[in-house]
Amino acid sequence: MKFLEKLLDKMEPDFLKGGKKEKWMPLFDGFATFLFVPKHTTKKGVHVRDAVDLKRTMNTVIMALLPCLLFGIWNTGFQHYKALGLLAEFDFLDQVLFGAWQVLPIVVVSYVVGLGVEFAFALYKGHSIEEGFLVSGMLIPLIVPADTPLWMVGVATAFAVVFGKEVFGGTGMNILNPALVARAFLFFAYPKQLSGDKAWVNTDLPDGYTADAGAVLNALGEKVGQIDAMAGATQLSRFNATIGIGKENGIEAGRAALSNAHSVWDSFIGIVPGSIGETSVIAILMGAGLLLLTRVASWRVMVAGIAGAAAMTLIFNTAGAGVNAYMDVTILQHLTAGGFMFGLVYMATDPVSAAQTVKGKFIYGFLIGMMAIMIRVFNPAYPEGMMLAILFMNVMAPLIDHYIVEGNIKKRLSRVKAKGEVKVQANAQS
Amino acid sequence: MRSYAFLNSTVSIMAVQIKLRKGGDIKLQGSAEKAIIEAPKSEFFAIKPSDFHGVTPKLILKEGAKVKAGTPVYYDKGNEKIKFSSPVSGEISEVVRGARRVILEIKIKADGTDVSEEVGVGTSDNKEQIIEKLLNVGLWPMIKQRPFNCIANPEDAPKAVFVSAFDSSPLAPDYDFLLKGREHDFQAGIDALAKLSGTGKVNLSVSSDNSSSWMSRVNNAEVAEIGGQHPAGNVGVQIHHLNPMNKGEVVWTVNAQDVAIIGSLLKTGKVSTKKVVALTGSEVESPKYFNATIGQNLAGVFEGNIKTAEESPRFISGNVLTGSKVEKDGYLGFYDSQLTVIPEGDKYDFFGWAVPVQPEKYSFSHTLWSWITPKKEYRLNTNLNGEGRAFVVSGQYEALLPMSILPVHLLKACLVEDIDMMEGLGIYEIVPEDIALCEFACTSKQPTQEILQAGLDLVKKECA
Repeated sequence: MKFLEKLLDKMEPDFLKGGKKEKWMPLFDGFATFLFVPKHTTKKGVHVRDAVDLKRTMNTVIMALLPCLLFGIWNTGFQHYKALGLLAEFDFLDQVLFGAWQVLPIVVVSYVVGLGVEFAFALYKGHSIEEGFLVSGMLIPLIVPADTPLWMVGVATAFAVVFGKEVFGGTGMNILNPALVARAFLFFAYPKQLSGDKAWVNTDLPDGYTADAGAVLNALGEKVGQIDAMAGATQLSRFNATIGIGKENGIEAGRAALSNAHSVWDSFIGIVPGSIGETSVIAILMGAGLLLLTRVASWRVMVAGIAGAAAMTLIFNTAGAGVNAYMDVTILQHLTAGGFMFGLVYMATDPVSAAQTVKGKFIYGFLIGMMAIMIRVFNPAYPEGMMLAILFMNVMAPLIDHYIVEGNIKKRLSRVKAKGEVKVQANAQS
Repeated sequence: MRSYAFLNSTVSIMAVQIKLRKGGDIKLQGSAEKAIIEAPKSEFFAIKPSDFHGVTPKLILKEGAKVKAGTPVYYDKGNEKIKFSSPVSGEISEVVRGARRVILEIKIKADGTDVSEEVGVGTSDNKEQIIEKLLNVGLWPMIKQRPFNCIANPEDAPKAVFVSAFDSSPLAPDYDFLLKGREHDFQAGIDALAKLSGTGKVNLSVSSDNSSSWMSRVNNAEVAEIGGQHPAGNVGVQIHHLNPMNKGEVVWTVNAQDVAIIGSLLKTGKVSTKKVVALTGSEVESPKYFNATIGQNLAGVFEGNIKTAEESPRFISGNVLTGSKVEKDGYLGFYDSQLTVIPEGDKYDFFGWAVPVQPEKYSFSHTLWSWITPKKEYRLNTNLNGEGRAFVVSGQYEALLPMSILPVHLLKACLVEDIDMMEGLGIYEIVPEDIALCEFACTSKQPTQEILQAGLDLVKKECA
């Protein structure tokens, strides 16, 4: 390491102000600080500093995302072969390899495009490269369907970094969670390609296999599998379908259609189709455990989010004569379906776009939970209410904080006022 | 006398008790052993205008002038009544100036005699006489005011006078030990300060871990027991809970050791700037208390008492959170009762941000595993442990500030110079030392004390 340290010491003067490579400083700084925590010491103020920094904090979140990524890789392959009815032909290793082949390019595209934009902005504006995208770059692949074309991932990532973050001034300044901006961009820009049942599971036949009227034949022409037409339907689209069925054939028919849904258990384990990282609640809970243990994410947001979802679900469940069958979906089904838990654990807790005040976090989390369920149940056009609920509350978070701040100011003012009144009384008596 | 003692002991039983939940203790190696050593006599002394934030010094005496302990050497251009004096008798040997002729130090060569200005015994003085005496011998700067934590304006009528009888900062000296044998000086100081207070008493806060201390039984004091981690010992935090500051109000504060120095002046009529100082820190060979004089040269104190380590040491007059960096042959700060020596941290740390377990590092956050060993003492160096960033993590400061103040919002108001917002969010109640712990913990390495000080300076300038 001494060799590298000496090399850095030798190279640094060129990049400093007045050096011949001055404008490349952000790039040099980015690589140097990636390799080493720099030897900067405290100059004024406190003489010692806590060992935590933004790199470590962000790194902790990435560690917490790893269970979701690993599970997502396997599940992508598993869902693929399951949809083709070829689980018997392709074992666990094949499933992981197929999943890796699908997922890892998305991760690479997300990081390359996102960091490219970040580097460009850092060089242009002359500030150091910030760590925020390290997490966003991992979140984006995990919240898109496995079969999303790579160019779409690239376009969405670039859009998110530029319009979700850099236009506001970079890490720490953004209003919306950048990864959700990417997801919302995909959702609204490419609705045809990325909704319905197609995008979630890849149903291309493996080499040497052919399909004939739903049957999958191997190279010898033997029937080895059966394509499952329903396989690509996520839990949410299955719930969502009951609204349409209810409208056409009466609410009882809708209720009956709820039985098409995946079991809560399958949904909890995560062996259902969905966005790459969102399906397994077990993996998410492992990540949540790390985030809560390290106190990187706010437990207040998480607890309040679940409470909000539970409250809303309870209201719908007990409303009796329901408007649609979706209202009958239970709290456990809601919590395990779609991106609710993923969004709550990894995205609602983003400290920059969430409410900043302690009390505000409870309100913010609770309203996210409520709104996510409300959007799911009443808006058939947007099956995943979580994305919109978080984005909406991102926008509302400053308003929540505003009232908490006002409350603090008012409390201080009332103290002065109370004192003033005492004085006035005393004067009147004297 | 007996009935007095009885009366006071009942008062202390009924003392206000406050337990603070927020805050945090940084446990460092090198706390001072409770033994007092005689440090080598210092020949040179210095008065540093930088010890007094916001003071513009105007010299009264020139180089070569003879001085006694308590002879005014310069005054504050902003308030000519406030004078700063020599701590010893001797001769002004040098006025050290920096860029743009700013006075950095006024060096005094001691003559070894303990000759002092005489102001006459003042134990039965009234308020005006006490103020007059303190101003004349340059001990007035020991009385500071809230808001702004600057030297008090002698013309103000403070609603209360607060003294914290304990220090909760890292490696802090034990005030019971510092003041051992000076009980009568301390009582005389409290008696005098009580006359200056709007309440007729001094608000004295003792640690709830040490509620049986003799200090909780002094006369003319309203004693409160404060419990909790740092910054529970900060007088600003205590004021916030006992008698919060409102706009337009003034509270005076005095360091407990300075109370004894003031008391000694009034008891004897002579200036004695002797105090006990704790020499602490991981780089100190044998951390102990030593007899010191305000402004004394520290070379003799450090000499032969610093461990030889790979890293060069950093010498701090004060504690690691609020102290100021001094040279090895620097001078003791006016307000300081503690010296700290820690290693410099000017070296690279290979993937230091990624390695999960690093037993030598300490963090309030749980991202390193130092929280598993809460009793362990650390040898922390001066490395920034990261790079400066915008505010990202939330809730971090709030957990370390035991006050009903929203620290990040207040700091942001300071950054955008929004005076209305600063007032609304309580800038009159807080001073930099109260958020020093937030600065330590900050993930984004923000200079919170500097930001708050700039806000305070602005408010003071605009509203004065």
